[in-house]
Amino acid sequence: MSDRIYILSTGIVSALGAQPGGPDAAAPGDGRGAAAPGGDPAHGNRLRAVEPDYGKVIDPKMIRRMSRIIKMGVAAGMECLAGATPDAIITGTAYGCLEDTTVFLDRMVVNKEEMLTPTAFIQSTHNTVGAQIALMLGCHGYNNTFVHRGFSFEHALLDGMMLIQEGDAGTVLVGGVDEITDGSHAILSRLGLYKHGRINGEGAAFFLLSGEPHPAGDGGTRAGDGGTVCLEGIDTFYKPADAAAHIRAFLEKHPGPIDAVIGDTGEPFRDRCGDYPTASAVGLWLAVEKVRAGAGRVLVYNNYLDIHHSLLLVSAC
Amino acid sequence: MGAPANPSGGGAPVYIAGVGVISSIGDDSAASLDALSNGRAGIGPMRLLRSAHRDELPVAEVPHTNAELASMAGLQATLPRTALLSAIAAREALRGIDTEGLRVGLISANTVGGMDLTEDFYPGFFKGGRYRLRDVVHHECGAVTELVADRLGIHHHVSTISTACSSSANAIFMGARLIRQGHLDVVVAGGADALSRFTLNGFNTLMILDKEPCHPMDENRKGLNLGEGAGYVVLVSERLARPAGSSASGSGPLARLTGWCNANDAYHQTASSPEGTGSYLAMKGALAKAGLSPSDIGYINLHGTGTQNNDIAEGTAVKTLFDPVYPPLSSTKSFTGHTLGGSGGIEAVFSVLSLQGGYIYPNLRWHTPMKGLPFVPAIGFVRGAPVRHVLSNSFGFGGNCTSLIFSHV
Repeated sequence: MSDRIYILSTGIVSALGAQPGGPDAAAPGDGRGAAAPGGDPAHGNRLRAVEPDYGKVIDPKMIRRMSRIIKMGVAAGMECLAGATPDAIITGTAYGCLEDTTVFLDRMVVNKEEMLTPTAFIQSTHNTVGAQIALMLGCHGYNNTFVHRGFSFEHALLDGMMLIQEGDAGTVLVGGVDEITDGSHAILSRLGLYKHGRINGEGAAFFLLSGEPHPAGDGGTRAGDGGTVCLEGIDTFYKPADAAAHIRAFLEKHPGPIDAVIGDTGEPFRDRCGDYPTASAVGLWLAVEKVRAGAGRVLVYNNYLDIHHSLLLVSAC
Repeated sequence: MGAPANPSGGGAPVYIAGVGVISSIGDDSAASLDALSNGRAGIGPMRLLRSAHRDELPVAEVPHTNAELASMAGLQATLPRTALLSAIAAREALRGIDTEGLRVGLISANTVGGMDLTEDFYPGFFKGGRYRLRDVVHHECGAVTELVADRLGIHHHVSTISTACSSSANAIFMGARLIRQGHLDVVVAGGADALSRFTLNGFNTLMILDKEPCHPMDENRKGLNLGEGAGYVVLVSERLARPAGSSASGSGPLARLTGWCNANDAYHQTASSPEGTGSYLAMKGALAKAGLSPSDIGYINLHGTGTQNNDIAEGTAVKTLFDPVYPPLSSTKSFTGHTLGGSGGIEAVFSVLSLQGGYIYPNLRWHTPMKGLPFVPAIGFVRGAPVRHVLSNSFGFGGNCTSLIFSHV
């Protein structure tokens, strides 16, 4: 059983931009506004992810069949892995494969349940991103998908930590991914989600967790990475009567100075990647960047619609 | 949560203190057992689901309207049917269990959330007709779980898993791990799915729906029948299952969850590999986790959907692992149909009941051995068989394969 959970690498597809050093990079934590370089923020209260050149990471024959969420998830996952094959793959998605779901649902309604084809249906299941990554890697290990609204990513991360602590996995790929579709945006807008300056968002952020500080067979940290980063703790609380009490208890359990807080009550980020249930994965990505840039301990606090609260703590280790 | 709260408890036993189930064959576990023992399947003509395929495709419906289910669940009839089914089975599982002052979790699974209402909402909203917003607010899988968590008063840990047809088996062993690591005291774990036109048409496009009641593990099988339902177990730690000073004659735990494994076939988005790699790895891993040998298994509750592809892949994996001595095995989907996100939970309940009375359930409508498989399924109901350990398989789209092992207390 490992005492520490290391975050070996990350991968992201987001309105924040590509990985640091990439052409679309937005410097982490620089407080830059919502306008994403090269992105398409023109839809008013929705922020589209800046999508990479998928041909570099996905077989072009497969790209054609993939909806956007699958492409974003697979690309972020593959970027994070950089050629490695993990022991386990765990994803979190609140809405799942909305585009495929909507395509199938629409044809079913329009064609009155006749003359339908299976492609959209078979890609509509919530585990498609994790399944596609496993298929591309030939990875027979543990594969799970959490679909619990504002906890989807956090519970995937908790599962990954536990697998390492239990000794059932050495490395685990964990990611959070969601997509906006025109239909979902229309419905969520009608439900009143994007009032008061909130903007819809989407994207994918993946992390390679490990019980060891370096990838197997790698003598040092990956090129371009700073120091080693650890995931120190996670907690989620559902509809808390007293959120502050939960936060105090978490900080007592993980004592020590906190150099920065990302998210609610700290440096906001949902204005930069959009506000969506698995945006906490982007919050974690920003926290990892901060530690790599020299911060000691960074706390991510998410309060999604005052229903789902989560705390993620990362530190230099 | 972070560092494990109970690092010494790596292999601590996890007990099952309660079970609850609703499906086409019964509203609770007693009614289900009665149907299983009398060979009474729940597959028949579509009566409640409104579909163009009504006269063509049999289904395994829970024979109650949403209003009737709502009354049983103590919820509103305007909520997704999956939430109603889920609440009914979860409440049965918790009956008689005092959770006062304990850290309680709900880990539930489903595959399409509130789709039964979304598909009514969709044409109105997008094609310029009438719609009700209440029909879409519970669309997400997690929303269905939260309706049930709120109904049960569970808030310490509320989570939802969706890995297609293996979803609820994954929910169950996630619950066991959270208890083993000391994060929670009690977990209600399982899953639910109601029939919807979306899933019915989806499976129909794959041409894997039998137009007659299915016959799993038969050479002449023609596909699966979709069903609906929910199944949950209540998992507790050893400390709660066997409190100090409790008398041995008191009502103790029903079973232990001793083995689990999630593996991926990594072969195709929907089809299983011919050799059943994922199925084999899941069963083998569950045995290893439980510290058991194949010969310890007294009954296998197969995934056994009745499709050409699943049954030969799963059968081949069973052969690879168990040959030459096979325990009794059968697919109870010949009773309940394939309840998708509910199936792992429903079959977990059947597995626990099997341990209680040494029950072997019949594989209904079986006639012809499958070519290449040296075993045949059980076809008669047996009670009093020496069943100490039950292996339950749940496999799904995306290559997701999960096996669980339930053991005698």
